[in-house]
Amino acid sequence: MADFWQGYALPVVITVAEIVAIIVPLLVAIAYLTYAERKVLAWAQLRKGPNVVGPFGLLQPIADGAKLLFKETVIPSGANRVVFLAAPILTFSLSLMAWAVIPFDKGVVLANINVGILYLFAISSLGVYGIVMAGWSSNSKYAFLGALRSAAQMVSYEVSMGFVIVTVLLCAGSLNLTAIVEAQRTIWYAIPLLPMFVVFFISVLAETNRSPFDLPEGESELVAGFFVEYSAMSFALFYLGEYGSMILMSAMTSILFLGGWLAPFNLEPFTGLAAHLWAGFWFALKVALVLFCFLWVRATVPRFRYDQLMRLGWKVFLPFSLFWLVLTAGVLVTTGWLPK
Amino acid sequence: MAFLDRGARAVLLSELAAGLWLTLRHMFKTPVTVNYPYEKGPLSPRFRGEHALRRYPNGEERCIACKLCEAVCPALAITIEAEPREDGSRRTTRYDIDMTKCIYCGFCQEACPVDAIVEGPNFEFATETREELFYDKAKLLTNGDRWEAEIAHNLAIDAPYR
Amino acid sequence: MIVQAICFYLFAAITVASGVMVIAARNPVHSVLFLILAFFNAAGLFVLAGAEFLALILVIVYVGAVAVLFLFVVMMLDINFVELRQGALQYLPVGALVGLVLLVELILVFGAWVAGPEVAQSIAAPLPLATNVTNTAALGQLLYTRYVYVFQASGMILLVAMVGAIVLTLRARTDVRKQDINVQVGRRRADTLEIVKVRPRQGV
Repeated sequence: MADFWQGYALPVVITVAEIVAIIVPLLVAIAYLTYAERKVLAWAQLRKGPNVVGPFGLLQPIADGAKLLFKETVIPSGANRVVFLAAPILTFSLSLMAWAVIPFDKGVVLANINVGILYLFAISSLGVYGIVMAGWSSNSKYAFLGALRSAAQMVSYEVSMGFVIVTVLLCAGSLNLTAIVEAQRTIWYAIPLLPMFVVFFISVLAETNRSPFDLPEGESELVAGFFVEYSAMSFALFYLGEYGSMILMSAMTSILFLGGWLAPFNLEPFTGLAAHLWAGFWFALKVALVLFCFLWVRATVPRFRYDQLMRLGWKVFLPFSLFWLVLTAGVLVTTGWLPK
Repeated sequence: MAFLDRGARAVLLSELAAGLWLTLRHMFKTPVTVNYPYEKGPLSPRFRGEHALRRYPNGEERCIACKLCEAVCPALAITIEAEPREDGSRRTTRYDIDMTKCIYCGFCQEACPVDAIVEGPNFEFATETREELFYDKAKLLTNGDRWEAEIAHNLAIDAPYR
Repeated sequence: MIVQAICFYLFAAITVASGVMVIAARNPVHSVLFLILAFFNAAGLFVLAGAEFLALILVIVYVGAVAVLFLFVVMMLDINFVELRQGALQYLPVGALVGLVLLVELILVFGAWVAGPEVAQSIAAPLPLATNVTNTAALGQLLYTRYVYVFQASGMILLVAMVGAIVLTLRARTDVRKQDINVQVGRRRADTLEIVKVRPRQGV
């Protein structure tokens, strides 16, 4: 019996506690990302943004959540019920699942698996299913068109994202996320691989269906795209999923290119043991910075036309990232910087 | 050279950077928002808002049931019925305005010979039901009593231009 | 150990069940979704076998890309699958034959391993111990040394197939006006716009 407690029950309890410790702050972050988005857009458009509910409108996301919670979930009569309800759940849980491998500090990670980056990539490539299922099961042509667009879009941009990731892997010499961050002690990869960083960031925008690549939900022509028919909590889950994957992608960007939890300079208060105290802060700061760029781009750039989106993905990013991959490999081999 | 210049601009995403810089600068400008329920923008004295039936200072209602407003109303929103009162003066027994039909053209107040029906400065009269927007005489007179100060002030300001 | 066993049987059972559902489901989209479920559980089995790289590649390539295209096509094509299925029974003998061949091959493979323990040494390349390197590295070492020609050949075959598909579908149209984005992006104000001060009654 003691063996059972030691061997199974205790690890399970610890793991569950760790999961809760990740998910609860994450959900709060998602809620306040919607608030931040509205505020940033408002500032860029010389408006004030939400400022009524609570001080500076800080309780607005909670009010929105409560509103959505108490609404009625409407299922269209022609819809495929099981798939219709599974789609938002899938989208939301996928955006949470990926956090299992994100390291917040050296050793502070739920599952330090060898192929962490592949896991992240796999999870992000699964995001398309929630959208496709939602679009198909809604039995609505707008939703269906949105789903088709997003399927083609996400598959296209995954290719160039894959090449960018391979470039980083070449430099780091490991698929483990902790090792990738540790490999950036000398220099963050955003500096030597700057073009790849830009390609990656733009691909991430396309992958998360964010403006200027938000064609799947393009409200001007598709009403709301794949989630036209969704209401109440099922709609909220899509929303949470979208913002969750935004935060996830920002975390991925900061791990791959911005040195994860590493301090930007190796100065006194940030070295040695104190570095661990600051790790979470630096990581959060970098993620927030990337997220701000998401919102900033949304405030600036108009939506792409669909054929131009495909052209950018296949004719510009794919050859470009492939070229940089080969170039990086060549430089690494000739200079002997290739990690052992 | 032009080719190189163009190529460099395209590769360095100069246009995107310029756009992003513009939005970034705007983020630090003062918002132009009027914080609506707490602050309100200025209204012209000629603003045509919610209708009101006015009274004379002695409390007598102004309307003499001439039905000019009913006749001029392009949306047919006004309905008036009239009878002589006990003291022999001609008064309305019914003065209804269907606010869901009204187009706020202001013809009724232009037509009124005694400045009885006016469109006041109030524009916040949303209701929860449609029926509440079928105004009757009592409602219009109450409006008149409530907004008399503003209405009289606006009429006084606008008088030189009429 | 018991947890691993439970996981194995769970994954295996779901894989088999969803495999059956792929051919049994009435709705073709459901079939594809069950296929995806089967892929997932196969990935789970890979993880249990200690091949996490293969598991994730399976998810990325098959679930993340191939199955999306399957789903795409099945959703787009409005085929009447009930009609299509009417004659399905006549292919039963051929299907059964293929199944039988596969079964025999499987039995032969496993039988060989059991019958002659030395077979393992003769066919497999000398693998480094699993504890020394990650299985990503082990796979790479094997693929790029011993099987490099086969690997390259399969790559060439795929490339040829891709080129073939493009050649078959490519058509150069001359009767449409095509947008040249480089020209559009390269346009400067100085190239196209001239500001002229026009004095009254003098024209341009």
